[in-house]
Amino acid sequence: MTSPDGSPASGLTRRGMLGLLGAGGAGLVAGGVGGAAVAAAATTDAVATAAERLVYPFFGAHQGGITTPVQEHLHIAAFDMADGANRDDIQTLLQDWSYAASRMTQGLDVTSSGALGGDPQAPPDDTGEAIGTPANGLTITIGLGPTLFRADGVDRFGLAVRAPEDLVALPRFVGDDLNPRQSYGDLCIQACANDPQVAVHAIRNLTRIAFGRAAIRWSQLGFGRTSRTTSEQSTPRNLFGYKDGTANILADDTGALKQHVWVGEDDGPSWLAGGTYLVVRKIAMTIELWDRQRLAEQDRIFGRNKGEGAPLSGGDEFTPPDFAANDATGAPAIDPDSHVRLAHPSQNDGIRLLRRGYNFVDGNSEIGQLAAGLLFLSFQRSPEQFIAVQRRLAASDLMNEYVRHVGSSVWAVPPGVEDGGYIGSGLFD
Amino acid sequence: MTVAASAAAVVVILSGCVPNTEASAAAVTVRSTDDTCDVSSKSAASGNVTFKVANDGTQVTEFYLLADDGLRIVGEVENIAPGASRTLTVVAQPGDYFTLCKPGMIGEGVGRAGFAVQGEKVAISGDDAEVKQEAVGLYAAFVKDQVEQLVPGVEELTAAYVANDDDTARALFPTVRAYYERIEPVAEALGDLDPRIDYRELDAVAEGLEWTGFHRIEKDLWVPASDALNSDDETPAWQDWKPSTREERQQWADRLQADVAELNDYVHGEEFQTALDDQGIAGISNGAIALLDEVATGKITGEEDWWSGTDLWDFAANVEGSKMAYSLVSDFAASTGTEGEQIIARIDEGYAALEGKLAQYGSLTNGFVTYSDLTDDDRRAFTDLINALAEPLSRLTVVVLT
Repeated sequence: MTSPDGSPASGLTRRGMLGLLGAGGAGLVAGGVGGAAVAAAATTDAVATAAERLVYPFFGAHQGGITTPVQEHLHIAAFDMADGANRDDIQTLLQDWSYAASRMTQGLDVTSSGALGGDPQAPPDDTGEAIGTPANGLTITIGLGPTLFRADGVDRFGLAVRAPEDLVALPRFVGDDLNPRQSYGDLCIQACANDPQVAVHAIRNLTRIAFGRAAIRWSQLGFGRTSRTTSEQSTPRNLFGYKDGTANILADDTGALKQHVWVGEDDGPSWLAGGTYLVVRKIAMTIELWDRQRLAEQDRIFGRNKGEGAPLSGGDEFTPPDFAANDATGAPAIDPDSHVRLAHPSQNDGIRLLRRGYNFVDGNSEIGQLAAGLLFLSFQRSPEQFIAVQRRLAASDLMNEYVRHVGSSVWAVPPGVEDGGYIGSGLFD
Repeated sequence: MTVAASAAAVVVILSGCVPNTEASAAAVTVRSTDDTCDVSSKSAASGNVTFKVANDGTQVTEFYLLADDGLRIVGEVENIAPGASRTLTVVAQPGDYFTLCKPGMIGEGVGRAGFAVQGEKVAISGDDAEVKQEAVGLYAAFVKDQVEQLVPGVEELTAAYVANDDDTARALFPTVRAYYERIEPVAEALGDLDPRIDYRELDAVAEGLEWTGFHRIEKDLWVPASDALNSDDETPAWQDWKPSTREERQQWADRLQADVAELNDYVHGEEFQTALDDQGIAGISNGAIALLDEVATGKITGEEDWWSGTDLWDFAANVEGSKMAYSLVSDFAASTGTEGEQIIARIDEGYAALEGKLAQYGSLTNGFVTYSDLTDDDRRAFTDLINALAEPLSRLTVVVLT
């Protein structure tokens, strides 16, 4: 499984290079556009809403999908490299993915011949379910798992020397009930969009591109963002009915981003500087049990009221919680084991995370329970930030009775690249 | 009869029944009798090789030159009447081959023997269309050969089944099916023949057809437990079913034999040849894909051989048939340039990986593990390998037609 021409690939593959040369920057939209994409744009522009028309740049200092205003839908997928795959396969895959992502995020088909422009005797390059659907703010974020660098002590691809010291599998937390088929993986793609079909289209086509080099390990659809990343966005609710992510790091808070999210020049390998770490936790909620709890008990568990999300110590949603305040009976207004207290930066040495969670519903379980929960996604400068907070939550969070962590993974998210580059290229320099 | 991960597809072109007038190459003479196949030489130099086949037997005969996998036909002449002679000329590339006669044009043939071709690789020139037509001819020969082996196989299987020799019938069931599974898309194109030969119970019931064929016999041979469920995990196995009586066994046996005989007649008829000709090599290439799709849908779920658990035999035979069809067109793809070469390289890798994985579970010769012994992880690994192969394979036709 070497690169098609047998030589170690040093830049983009021929297919990728041709595409990017023909479609760099502004030329991406004006230039190498497939006929289908043009037609699609022409037929939908008149009626498309602002959210549908949103286009975020693929190229830049950081990857999209981190500080980008959180879109409404998510499809995230983890991949394992194929048996026998080698370093070149990783490199060409990252090149091909980047090329396809640079097109799809701009609302274009996956290649220039796309869904309809190819030879009728061949399967189309693009699967076509996004024909006529604008970009919908699609972002594609690529991450690298610890096993890509070393698995069971084996340096599988000669990349161990490049491994970030912080990138190790998360420790087992109390109460973890992890399913390995919903955890781990060598590579990860987060696709977020305001239309679920657009997000699914992206993962589906990227999966297809990977066949033979990498295969999907697990994937998850998410809907209804459970956090916000800009001050314009309202705070959404999770499936427990509570506002979530009120204290999230916002996109314009460059100081906080620098301090808590972006990997610094001195933090680890230089190829990761300007990148970040992504933690993904699939958290199943025992919905039926929760729904039978008294409102006051629900509030106590969260430490906030359900109505507007104000801390139980008083004020409105954005009033800082006062963990020293007592209620009329002299007991703490905010329970010491409430979720908000255990997770709050003031109780965690100032640790903050940038969160992009989504709700999920995977239908019903065999015994008729809603198979639903929260797909928790957080970006941080080091996984240690998440580990510290999660240790406290796992130990005593009142909410633990109603949630079960069933999936877990951690990813190094390389920085963004300039026009013509590919995500993760620094690994191969 | 496994397909070895054979070396780069060797181009050997059947030039039809050319009169043996070329003075350049000495003809290899072949004498076919009812039970022997004497070939005058065990080797030849690469280039034009001519076989002069004389039928000294009492039945109509055929002569085959097979590739080193024992499966791929690189040249054949058929319908040689008793007392008659026919000539086969091939452009033979260096490599190992087998020679084989098939008196009666049924069964696996007699006198299978090695045949070596030495020398330099021969450059192929000539009219592209003619070369492609020859590939179609070789695919037709392959299909005929498989059905010719299916006919006596089914006779043997059904004889044991009717005689209540269930142990023998159970042993034969998966191996006989392999002849059918290698050419499944051909039979599936035949309207009601495939349903009669190969339908599963639930499909036959759903379509209101009488349930006949291999799987009817299968259920008699692997009688389900009283509380077992059919492949929908819902319908009781014994609902509207009971083991066949001796008379019913005879009925299913006769029916399957008749249907297979009809298939044999069809593939030896004008209509089949015309259908293949009309599709050209795209038909072969698409057949290679169709067989992998068979694996990806029916076999990987374990629904095909629900009672016997012999799905891996079908799986392996589908892969062999797919690879056989692919091997006939791969050279055309490779000759189209870099893109063709790249796609061929990926497909070759894909077959090798899939064959390697299959070999971990057995072989068509020595048998496979029961399908239920496979874990979800095993099935997932197979699915990944099929995806890896099927993606480039799905682009083969357009490359070939370029």
